Amino acid sequence: MPCALHTENIGKTYTIGHMQNRRGRNFRETIIAGCERMAQRVRHPFAQNRAASAAEEFWALRDICLTVDTGERVGLIGRNGAGKSTLLKILSRITEPTTGRAVLYGRVSALLQVGTGFHPELTGRENIFLNGAVLGMTRREIQRKFDEIVAFSEVEQFLDTPVKRYSSGMYVRLAFAVSAHLDPEILLVDEVLAVGDLAFQSKCLGRMNKVAEEGRTIIFVSHNMAAISRLCNRVVLFDKGRIIEQGDPETVIQAYYAQAEQSSGRIVLAGGFKAGAQIEEIGVTDESGVFSSSVKVHRDFFLHMRCRVHERITRATISMAVLTLDGTTVFVTRHTDASRAEASELGPGVLCARVRIPAHFLNTGSYSLNFQIVGQGAGRDRGVIDSAQQVLNFRVEETGSLTPQLNAGRAGVVTPVLPWSLQ
Amino acid sequence: MPELIIEPRKRVSHIWREIWLYRELLFFITWRDLIVRYKQTVIGIAWSIARPVITMVVLTVVFGKLAKLPSGDVPYPLMVYAAMLPWQFFSGTFSVSANSLTSNANMISKTYFPRIILPATAMLTSLVDFLIAFSIYILMMVWYGMWPDWRIAVLPLLMILAAMASLGAGLWVAALNVTYRDFAIVVPFIMQFGLYVSPVGFSSAVVPEQWRLLYSLNPMVGVIDGFRWALLGGETRLYMPGFLLSSCLTILIFCFGVRFFHKFERTFADII
Repeated sequence: MPCALHTENIGKTYTIGHMQNRRGRNFRETIIAGCERMAQRVRHPFAQNRAASAAEEFWALRDICLTVDTGERVGLIGRNGAGKSTLLKILSRITEPTTGRAVLYGRVSALLQVGTGFHPELTGRENIFLNGAVLGMTRREIQRKFDEIVAFSEVEQFLDTPVKRYSSGMYVRLAFAVSAHLDPEILLVDEVLAVGDLAFQSKCLGRMNKVAEEGRTIIFVSHNMAAISRLCNRVVLFDKGRIIEQGDPETVIQAYYAQAEQSSGRIVLAGGFKAGAQIEEIGVTDESGVFSSSVKVHRDFFLHMRCRVHERITRATISMAVLTLDGTTVFVTRHTDASRAEASELGPGVLCARVRIPAHFLNTGSYSLNFQIVGQGAGRDRGVIDSAQQVLNFRVEETGSLTPQLNAGRAGVVTPVLPWSLQ
Repeated sequence: MPELIIEPRKRVSHIWREIWLYRELLFFITWRDLIVRYKQTVIGIAWSIARPVITMVVLTVVFGKLAKLPSGDVPYPLMVYAAMLPWQFFSGTFSVSANSLTSNANMISKTYFPRIILPATAMLTSLVDFLIAFSIYILMMVWYGMWPDWRIAVLPLLMILAAMASLGAGLWVAALNVTYRDFAIVVPFIMQFGLYVSPVGFSSAVVPEQWRLLYSLNPMVGVIDGFRWALLGGETRLYMPGFLLSSCLTILIFCFGVRFFHKFERTFADII
């Protein structure tokens, strides 16, 4: 098999602390900092450069050696902040690696987001051309595929309407339709299939399968293990910027779950900087507030989320979903459910959310957690502000149940104690 | 099969080849910006004519009629308008390119293309405005019964000089604005200030002889004087030492602008 992609010791560092300063840093501060450094050097000419050692280096990726053959479909999995997306950004040339090199043989297209470059004022037709060009298609190529794209998107009648008047569903369908008709030899895809309704999602996945069958090389990042195992023939597991395991999908996905379960029932998320608000920690505790990744079926337990809100967020909803490991959602709950309100407002600061899960509700087994904050920050439309998907797993266990012999092996995702009446 | 090598550093020479490869994107973004700009406006593209004409009238009244500054043997409005052409081109390119990266932050962090395309787009949209405004200049020449002589043939070269001055300056602020948003605030101020520091509303002949060379340190002085010399004909003379100094500075600003931009281009996606 000819090689499609080859990386040698790819590494990427970010300077943290520094990074965040830099964002809000103004010119005056930089000049002052520069002067201080110079003064430092004059006073202590032989001291090591203090500034360089004080700034903490964070390796988002380290020593990545990966070889992908032509026609392979490789899935990259790992927790949030494990470096998967950073690798895609390097391979698609959006950001440069700090160390190492990568060689790609063939035409590369990166699909890190659907609808990049879409302009709300332009019509659907105009946006197809614009988005196509942004994704690297030539005008002739877009013209040739235009009808196909329109048919896929199911928005024929609204082609000459500005997309700002589209429903959000129509918008993503059109955006994905353009992306789906990219024709590269190597396709890099980041979690973009999770758009639209379920029917459209499976259409997207079907399209990806078709692309794969045509013998193209695909590198696919996802948290959706069902999609990964359906699409990929090799899976690479990342953790803390390194590759820790790779091989056939079944084995590596199992390793990923095992890794998630080993944890102490809490996980600190140190991803990049999110505007608006950022989920910092997710945890599972037992009744007495001790973090634990295994809880008892006959005791109440708590699911925690701590986030930092950077600015006032209006129309906010925090939602949490519990999923089984094969990806079926058991339930979704929102912080506004009890008050019957649509949404509420979050002020800046640290926010801790805690959800009590009653005893005898979830059946024994392993589950994973999703948290999501939706809202409207300053100068942005209402949308997902931050989310943590399937980064923490926990087990519900049988031990100590009052009636273990009765409960053992009972089928079902939930095991509620319901009032019966016999007459 | 095309082979792509990704390494921590690239050479400047790639820039020109890459712009050529991505020329269609350059065209599409320019087209988008032109369409979007006048969406939901009543008089639409006529704004491209209204803005320089109104400015010209105001400057003529203030400098020509009230301050009674001389304009040689050409009508004052014509002299102002000949300077308005490069000035509007410069200010349009400069101020739009300052925000060109930050307003397309999403594209920068999600796709790859040579980032220089965004400031270059700002220049192309200003070029379209320039051409529209230039048609008004032709009408004005007919009205005043003035005909350009051979010097108008030099205009394309002067246009290149104007493009280098505006894109060069634009590249600097665009790159700096990614890290320091202060520049977005400073740029409108510079533009306001620049209109009076540059010889737009008056002829640079009113600047005392001993200060002429110093005055030419402003790169736009060379461009504007050149435009007047090429367009107005007749008695208009070009102050050569000043023009050469201005042009050299322009070329320096442009070359260092490209280098500076290219050096920081790699970090845009990380800090934007």
